Amino acid sequence: MAATAQTVAQVRDLGKYKHGWETEIEMETAPKGLNEDIVRFISARKDEPDWMLDWRLKAYRHWLTMTEPTWAMVDYPAIDFEDIYYYAAPKNAEGPKSLDEVDPELLRTYEKLGIPLKEQEVLAGVQGAPRVAVDAVFDSVSVATTFKKELESHGVIFCSISEALQNHPDLVRKYLGTVVPYTDNFYATLNSAVFSDGSFVYIPPGVHCPMELSTYFRINAKDTGQFERTLIIADEGSYVSYLEGCTAPMRDENQLHAAVVELVTLKDAEIKYSTVQNWYPGDETGKGGIYNFVTKRGACRGDDSKIRWTQVETGSAITWKYPSCILQGDNSVGEFYSVAIANNAQQADTGTKMIHLGRNTRSRIISKGISAGRARNTYRGLVRMGPKALNGRNFTQCDSLLIGDRCGAHTVPYIESRNRSATVEHEATTSRIGEDQLFYCRQRGIGEEDAVALIVNGFCKEVLQELPMEFAVEAQKLVGISLEGSVG
Amino acid sequence: MARLAPIDETAAGPAAPGADWLTGWRNGPADGPDASPDWLGAARADAAGRFAGRGLPDRRVEDWRYTNLAHLTGLELDWAPAPADVAKESLPALVFGREAECRLVLVNGQVRPALSTLPALPEGTLLTSLADALASGHPGVADLLKQRAAMDGGALKALNDSWLEDGYVLIVPDGVTVDMPIEILSVGTGGALPPAYQPRNLIVAGAGSRVTVVEHHVGLCIGGYFANLVTDVAAGPEAIVRHCKVQDESREAVHIALLDAALDSGAMFDSFCFTLGGRISRNELRVSLDAPGAHCRLNGAYLAGGRQHCDHTTSVDHVAPETHSDQLYKGVLDGRARAVFQGKVTVRPDAQKVEGHQMSRALLLSETAEVNTKPELFIHADDVQCSHGATAGDLDGEALFYLRSRGVPEGQARQLLVEAFLNEAIDAVALAGMRLPLERNVARWMAERPAS
Repeated sequence: MAATAQTVAQVRDLGKYKHGWETEIEMETAPKGLNEDIVRFISARKDEPDWMLDWRLKAYRHWLTMTEPTWAMVDYPAIDFEDIYYYAAPKNAEGPKSLDEVDPELLRTYEKLGIPLKEQEVLAGVQGAPRVAVDAVFDSVSVATTFKKELESHGVIFCSISEALQNHPDLVRKYLGTVVPYTDNFYATLNSAVFSDGSFVYIPPGVHCPMELSTYFRINAKDTGQFERTLIIADEGSYVSYLEGCTAPMRDENQLHAAVVELVTLKDAEIKYSTVQNWYPGDETGKGGIYNFVTKRGACRGDDSKIRWTQVETGSAITWKYPSCILQGDNSVGEFYSVAIANNAQQADTGTKMIHLGRNTRSRIISKGISAGRARNTYRGLVRMGPKALNGRNFTQCDSLLIGDRCGAHTVPYIESRNRSATVEHEATTSRIGEDQLFYCRQRGIGEEDAVALIVNGFCKEVLQELPMEFAVEAQKLVGISLEGSVG
Repeated sequence: MARLAPIDETAAGPAAPGADWLTGWRNGPADGPDASPDWLGAARADAAGRFAGRGLPDRRVEDWRYTNLAHLTGLELDWAPAPADVAKESLPALVFGREAECRLVLVNGQVRPALSTLPALPEGTLLTSLADALASGHPGVADLLKQRAAMDGGALKALNDSWLEDGYVLIVPDGVTVDMPIEILSVGTGGALPPAYQPRNLIVAGAGSRVTVVEHHVGLCIGGYFANLVTDVAAGPEAIVRHCKVQDESREAVHIALLDAALDSGAMFDSFCFTLGGRISRNELRVSLDAPGAHCRLNGAYLAGGRQHCDHTTSVDHVAPETHSDQLYKGVLDGRARAVFQGKVTVRPDAQKVEGHQMSRALLLSETAEVNTKPELFIHADDVQCSHGATAGDLDGEALFYLRSRGVPEGQARQLLVEAFLNEAIDAVALAGMRLPLERNVARWMAERPAS
């Protein structure tokens, strides 16, 4: 397979974290720390309607009453929430404008990241690949959104959430916080108070979105937290595939990223949400890196609707993320495919929740966890069959692969069944790379590290093949790079 | 993300015991005049402090998230029940289906030699009450108890540690094989107030010894009582300890049992738990595989109907390399019954060449039954093979159709399939004589279950 050969080449040639550079650009920031004035400042900066500010303030006041969760299997020093800039925007990027007006420095930044902000181009030079519309979020603001006109002609709304609050306030108000309420959890509540930007997608009834939509998140400024909020609504009978990517510069300090993603599918609609998470993971000793504390949840509101989460988690010092599906509509389907790789001192605690409420709802969970170095990788998930989830069906498979004898792999599934007609199946295995597999590769002249990349790619294949094609190529490369230095 | 599995809002609030609930407990042996020898009094007082500081676990305690003990705090309990009047003839039919050769009887947690059948055991083997072992100053018993009582194992263990009065003690010396299975019959009987009792049992198996213990828990009353048992097991090198438990308490009883086993090199601990009774029951096993070659097999089968709640919790700690564990739990739920299975397998750093497997399956026979499963793997070594599996659902429709298409009426077909389902676990019972009575219990349970 060509992509595998490419992976091997990539592993050999590339540095450990290729997106670790920083863009020098003049920034505007809010004062450090968090109080009601900061919340008001962010809201005012975005010229938001009053109800939005009220909602933020309610969230902030509620957040003050909450304590940080400690149940995840992750260790980190206490976060000083007063020592973070909650708002940082490039000076010349007040709200997204047409592409011609975007600061050339920003365009160069995204070019360097391989993200085309020119509409003619396609991702990573893959010939024949479908076009992708990109919303680029730089620290706290969206700097550009491509293909907007063309999408508009199909009735698709794809813009930053700030823009949506200006142009489509009713839609935002109708759905924002309905899947992840502002009282949901510590980080989601914090996000509700201070979220600065993110993407908004609305697919009208019956529309099959003509291209992949994508948001690329970049943390650049120092000491900032990124709090993005994404809201995707697929109206009746529509379909959208949405991709999300992210990177950050290499720094010795930890930076906080606390995002909220809400998905809503109405009758017969489908959302395919793919993430390749490549935040800076910190160095080999565990210094620096992003704290990725993310709340992602989708509601299959309508009958026969479907939400599919696919994630490749290779970055971040700490990942705390459980993309979930609430299967309300009858016959609705939730799927979760995940590859989580933790190397060196990374810690990942990730999984999913499938809440079956409607009849004939189905869910499928495929999770592949890989631990190397001194990393810790935990799958934590919940499958719940409600009393009305007649004929509900779940299948879960969690496999863990250990590379090296200093890492940990943990599996913590919760399975709750309150319905006789529902069937729940869960399997989990933990093992290391078979010596026979390694021997087979080495015998054929493949170096040890390349052999590991090959075997790991095979281990993850079930998940990687769920990604859109150009992302799958990227993800395969990432798998190789993330594991570099883990053998021998 | 919200807490995983938010707590059921409709459930009763925290089960923290009120002052009333604790009154009797404070008058227990922790403060009693017989708190001698010194270390025992100190151990009890220390444990009483631990319990008082904590109270009964509520569902915010992760280990107890699915088992709510609020029911207990609603009971006014008799913490120091007077010896109940029980006739030997009234004791239930034996689990073997024949007269056991060796049987120690406990009533409300107190050993009753007059009701027991105690033949001569191989030389050096001791089967007695904890009270007697402590009174005679048996050094092995004191040492083990001192060590185990000091271990922090949660609130209910602390409650038991604060008592340390009676229970059974079985000591098998090095190299001794006890051929006859030792039956422990534990009887719960009601009184004016539901009695609360906390027997502490010890099983010490010397190097190379072999012993089989069958614990049979029955209720001789309709009403409730609270049994909070702790059993400590220490198996020496190459020892084989088989433990088979049949829990058929009164349907109003609260039965909380913890068995804590430590296994030396090459030792084997084989546990089977058959749960049938109790209003709320929990059978918790903690096994520590401390040296290479240690091996445990934990199996269980449960049947629950009505409003019964039964909880099986296991924790296997692979401390040493080359250790092995296997678990299989199967259960059938009817009515509004709720079952919990929590199984934790931990592999410590450097515990290489470990194998740990676990399987939990539940059948739901009614619309209102519920099962909550939490199998956990915590792996800190790489050269391991660990797996767990869990399923929940109704009987296989195709299997049912197969039988029906051959003229087997639906009720009978269901019964056949349920029996076959549980027999997979029952077949693993090492003591061959136990299997048939257990299978009969399953058949009887199926026949007696209310038509749905």
